[in-house]
Amino acid sequence: MLPFLFRRTFGAIVTLILLSAVTFFVFFAVGDPALMSCGKNCTADNVALIHQNLGLDKPLPTQYWDFLSGIFVGRDYTIGHCSAPCFGYSFATKQDVWSTMMDRLPTTASLAIGGAIVFLVIGLGAGLLAAWKRGTVLDKVVTGVSMVLSSVQIYILGPIVLGIFVYSGVMASPKYVDFTSNPGGWFMGLLLPWLVMSTIFTAQYTRMSRSTMIEQLQEEHVRTAKAKGMPARYVFLRYAWRGSLIPIVTILGMDLGSLFGGAMITEFTFSLAGIGRLAINSVTTLDLPMVLGVLIFSAALILVFNIIVDATYAFIDPRVRLS
Amino acid sequence: MTSPSQTAAAQSDTPGLEPEGLKKEKNRKGGELVGRSPGQLMWTRFKRDRTGMVCAIVVLAFFVISALAPVIASIYGKDPYTLYGSNDPSLFDDFGFPSGPNGGISGDFWFGIEPQLGRDLFTQLLYGMRTSLGISVVVTVLVVITGTILGVTAGYVGGRADYWLGRVIDFLLAFPSQLTFVAFMPVVVAIFVPPSDETPTYIRVVALILVQWALGWMGLARLLRGQVLSLREREFVEAAKITGASPWRIIRKELLPNVVTPILVQSTYMLPLFVTAEAGLSYLGVGIMEPTPDWGRLFRTAGDIYENDPTFLLFPGAAMVIFVLCFNLLGDSVRDAFDPKSGR
Repeated sequence: MLPFLFRRTFGAIVTLILLSAVTFFVFFAVGDPALMSCGKNCTADNVALIHQNLGLDKPLPTQYWDFLSGIFVGRDYTIGHCSAPCFGYSFATKQDVWSTMMDRLPTTASLAIGGAIVFLVIGLGAGLLAAWKRGTVLDKVVTGVSMVLSSVQIYILGPIVLGIFVYSGVMASPKYVDFTSNPGGWFMGLLLPWLVMSTIFTAQYTRMSRSTMIEQLQEEHVRTAKAKGMPARYVFLRYAWRGSLIPIVTILGMDLGSLFGGAMITEFTFSLAGIGRLAINSVTTLDLPMVLGVLIFSAALILVFNIIVDATYAFIDPRVRLS
Repeated sequence: MTSPSQTAAAQSDTPGLEPEGLKKEKNRKGGELVGRSPGQLMWTRFKRDRTGMVCAIVVLAFFVISALAPVIASIYGKDPYTLYGSNDPSLFDDFGFPSGPNGGISGDFWFGIEPQLGRDLFTQLLYGMRTSLGISVVVTVLVVITGTILGVTAGYVGGRADYWLGRVIDFLLAFPSQLTFVAFMPVVVAIFVPPSDETPTYIRVVALILVQWALGWMGLARLLRGQVLSLREREFVEAAKITGASPWRIIRKELLPNVVTPILVQSTYMLPLFVTAEAGLSYLGVGIMEPTPDWGRLFRTAGDIYENDPTFLLFPGAAMVIFVLCFNLLGDSVRDAFDPKSGR
């Protein structure tokens, strides 16, 4: 286990360094970031000032080295010291990129965790039920509904749900409230975003768990278990379910990775100030350090979840050896 | 998913290696044995699938209507740019919302008019679909070509090329796709125009295509590589090698026909994803900008004004749900037609 984790973490760090290098060079080599950051009414003095403040007058590889080492050991700017992990300062707000991201993280994490619980419970539950009652009316209804729901985009469903519950005055507008100070407000504030965000996921997990369960029920070890007289429920839940966990966990890892990196459309639709919304705002204001920071952060989350998924395989499937 | 051997058995068109008699279907016509190509078999099965046929027609209708947008608009007599509200103030109430019921739907404005600006929604939707579908079709074609070439070549050549392609795919998969699209859009645009200038629409279109293409091909390439990896060990490939066929010929004549099924199935699943992704980017305000009509941007407008004018969402929303739903059902039908064993 430990050598596996060590090797995978090393691989992930190499990938991240490469990814940040590619992104950095594309971002900072393409145009003059100072010009991009100060927009359409820009004077030569402003540009020079930005250059000096951000060290943009140095050659590109030096700039990248400064950026990279800043992440690990911190970095000194003319405007002050930026302690590790330092992703630089925002062009637009002049704030520290890392602390801005950390401010936004609770919103995004709450959204991701709550949404994941919704789509796992409903999606897997409905999928298992449909597989258990395969061919019945119930199965057909579940399959049909999930097919339709998987085609409804967040940006279509969001306004409708807001119209029914919020504009009519039934509920307050969705907002993020700190969980530790007000759990009830936290729950009510995020309930609609969770439901809307997880609709497509719920539908996909229903379809996926149903089809993998049906596949698993045709496996030989399941047939043997049935043949030797094991109770059907036990075979279903212990044998077939365990086998279908592998593909589900794979997809779940990918989905969680991208959800924790910011659910842009959901956050935008419900005006929640999460990491996704931060990314959109930074892109529209051409705030490159912020965009770069969010991108590296999200990629890191995806890689972390990949490692978790691969480690989970060993627990689910005894045939998998982490070597 | 289809195992490669099933795929190959179901639709290998290498003559002589798969006697027609071994096929499951009885190819009898008037007491005489008539051979049918795998394509014909697929078509016969597909025609029997009612859902598939209906969806194929609906999807086709979407493409035809989008392609004919200018023609339909000229018959209808309006365009998506004119601010009809400012020519005729009676269309609006005091707050800039359509004065008629249901978002101003009338004989003149079939789907109503846009609040504040007073543009015609029907033509906006037509042209918007044309923009979105056009971009998505180009992305799909590019992705399929790239994925096929890289995947099949890596699978067949193996060795170092295969190893490096695997690393590149792993690397690109580490990019959070939606966020990367959003993040790279302004940068890719900046490659073509300096940020101080106005960006022409076609540059945004090119940028949208480029970012989606760059991060879209890996899934297909990896899938095809896997299929080719097992196909290249089969006898017909060995036979071709012994007769002295060049690698290029083997890829083209022996391997490609055997991976047509996954390519077709994958591309029918891919296209609606690209459509919703493109619409999502425009919804977030980084895709196609005003005044060019775009499907996704209609949802942004609809979301902003939903409280006062909910009808605005109805037509663009219904159109997109129907389009994506039908395309997904079509994908399932195509898969079933190629591989009857997969069954739902």
